[in-house]
Amino acid sequence: MSTTLKRFALLFAVAAAAVLTAGSAFAAKDEITAGFVYVSPIGDAGYSYAHDQGRKAIAAMPGVKTYYAEAVPEGADSERVIMNMARKGYDVIFTTSFGYMDPTLKVARKFPNVAFMHCSGFKTAENVSNYFGRMYQARYLTGIVAGAMTKSNVIGYVAAFPIPEVIRGINAFTLGAQSVNPKVQVRVVWTKTWYDPALEKDAAKGLLDVGCDIIAQHQDSPGPQEAAEEAGVYSIGYNSDMSKFAPKSCLTSAVWNWAPLYEETVKEVKAGTWKGNQSLWWGMEKDAVDIAPFGPMVPEDVREKVQAKKAQLKKGDDVVFVGPVKDQSGAVRIAEGTKAADKELLGMTWFVQGVVGTTE
Amino acid sequence: MPLKIVKRDEPWSWGALVIFLGALTFSLGVCALLLALQGKPALHGVELLWEGSFGHLWALEDALLKAVPIFLCSLGVAVAFRMQIWNIGAEGQFALGAIGGTWMALSFPNLPGVVLLPLMFLMAAVLGALWALIPAWLRLRLKVNEIISTLMLNYVAILLLDYLVFGVWKDPSSFGFPVTPEFTPSAVIDGIAGTRMHWGLAVCAVSGFVVWGFMRYTRLGYELKVGGEGRRVATYAKLPYDFLVLLVMGASGALAGWAGLIEASAVDGRLQPSIMVGYGYTAIIVAWLARLQPLSIAVASFLLAALRVGVENLQLELQVPAAFGHILEGLLLLFILAGQFLQTYRFQVKKTRNT
Repeated sequence: MSTTLKRFALLFAVAAAAVLTAGSAFAAKDEITAGFVYVSPIGDAGYSYAHDQGRKAIAAMPGVKTYYAEAVPEGADSERVIMNMARKGYDVIFTTSFGYMDPTLKVARKFPNVAFMHCSGFKTAENVSNYFGRMYQARYLTGIVAGAMTKSNVIGYVAAFPIPEVIRGINAFTLGAQSVNPKVQVRVVWTKTWYDPALEKDAAKGLLDVGCDIIAQHQDSPGPQEAAEEAGVYSIGYNSDMSKFAPKSCLTSAVWNWAPLYEETVKEVKAGTWKGNQSLWWGMEKDAVDIAPFGPMVPEDVREKVQAKKAQLKKGDDVVFVGPVKDQSGAVRIAEGTKAADKELLGMTWFVQGVVGTTE
Repeated sequence: MPLKIVKRDEPWSWGALVIFLGALTFSLGVCALLLALQGKPALHGVELLWEGSFGHLWALEDALLKAVPIFLCSLGVAVAFRMQIWNIGAEGQFALGAIGGTWMALSFPNLPGVVLLPLMFLMAAVLGALWALIPAWLRLRLKVNEIISTLMLNYVAILLLDYLVFGVWKDPSSFGFPVTPEFTPSAVIDGIAGTRMHWGLAVCAVSGFVVWGFMRYTRLGYELKVGGEGRRVATYAKLPYDFLVLLVMGASGALAGWAGLIEASAVDGRLQPSIMVGYGYTAIIVAWLARLQPLSIAVASFLLAALRVGVENLQLELQVPAAFGHILEGLLLLFILAGQFLQTYRFQVKKTRNT
């Protein structure tokens, strides 16, 4: 009870402060500085690499300076790094990993004039908005490719952590595969890591041993791709185009494209129109997610099927989680003819029928 | 002019300081060179590093805060190392301490802080100590090498923490993300008014003082050092060797456990897997650098924390990769290790004999 009261008091304090400083809070500026906090090294592929491509896009805009800090652990260390950026007077700070959520809010309370953008969380404040992309749409498309090209009808999926983002992706991938191949089965292995090339490669090998002939992944390392390449089976990449790690096996990749969202945010900050307490969840209609170019082995009819669905998604017709969708026990979770609400998607903790594995 | 290596009759009294400063100079020099090779301003880089470590009050506060878990873990392993019991398991004991504290915080959220916090500290110490007593017992009864068993138990401890945070303790309002509910205010270690510090710092001071006094002034502390010469020596001196092993491992585990509890309670206000960032391993390096002396451990923990904090500033301002910090740290440790040679040996100009 007392915590809720405290939160209210805090909210009032923040609101009061915002009113008092309203004139200066988010004024228009000609030149701004943007900071980026990444959870892993940028490297040459992966989650942070994709974010950094977005950073480079805004660094090319006039009057925008960017700085980044990579491999910042979530928790106490991230709070210090974010605070350091705010002290240096950055105008907008992008914190790109879920674990930065509470540290971002803590720092934001102390720097009401700085705009904070947190990626993949659910809390906001007067000067904190959050954003994410509907990666599940791209996963659905890659699922179509995998479902059409599997011979054994068993697809392996090396996954990081059993959180809604990952579960949603696995479900969308499975629904995509089932849309062209009802017999398909998706086997999931949890690595409980985001980036561990050796472990993730081993996990993929384990999936190959149980008869999977396509490897998909929700990991930041190309380890699973390499396992597929070595075994001579197909694979589906993630984050950025992973075909360079597995040219013979990578069919396509579900990729992030952060540039449009970052460009728009920076424009708003410059114009003084940026607002906190917003939740942006952009999909294919705004080019936030996409699939990488197909590998040469993907046949023309499969490409056409994918392009047709992609065109629908591009128009803003979100066809992925449309009922009837059953969970593993066979119970209908999304009723026939209805679309899952964003709230359900954001809190998804169950697998659709056809996935082999647990969400624990 | 040929040089001869001669063993010193006595250890070099000012050696540690000279070696440390020398190692620092060398490693900074190499790093400055690396910066210059990348076309970055090398001297400015060193300046930025200094500024980020010691240049502001907030930088010092940051370093002190970061030093807290390193110090407690390091103090713990140093106690065990004194007896030549190689506890590599501070990481796991740290996790168990965090689990113990969280257990109490989640079970009795409505107790007042004066009751709840001591209870959390008690449970963190008990679980941390018990986790360390498993390898101690295995060593005594089954002659299992504790280096292996403590190391392996780290992974088990982290899995246990994951299991709890992903399962039974998961915050129902976290959208499935692996964090426990936030602790009630009475379960959070308070900040020290007027600073960004928290009272975990006082726990460090008291623990350090107690360990120092115990080692220096008590019979048990003396026996412990003698026991380090081996079981046969201990038995010959009629020392309770088994008891001593259990004691040092228990104390070691309890201290690491407190570090874990303080990180969870004072810093995050909840338990989440991201508290495991390897302080338990850093602690081993710090303990060795400090030659197992509590005061030196405090200094070394602070300096290492300051270095890590300062490198972030350098990274941000010059946009160098995060690996740069690891390189600097690695070089520093390497040079110090190499410098140890000078502690026991010295160079002498060889006199050419006329025959």
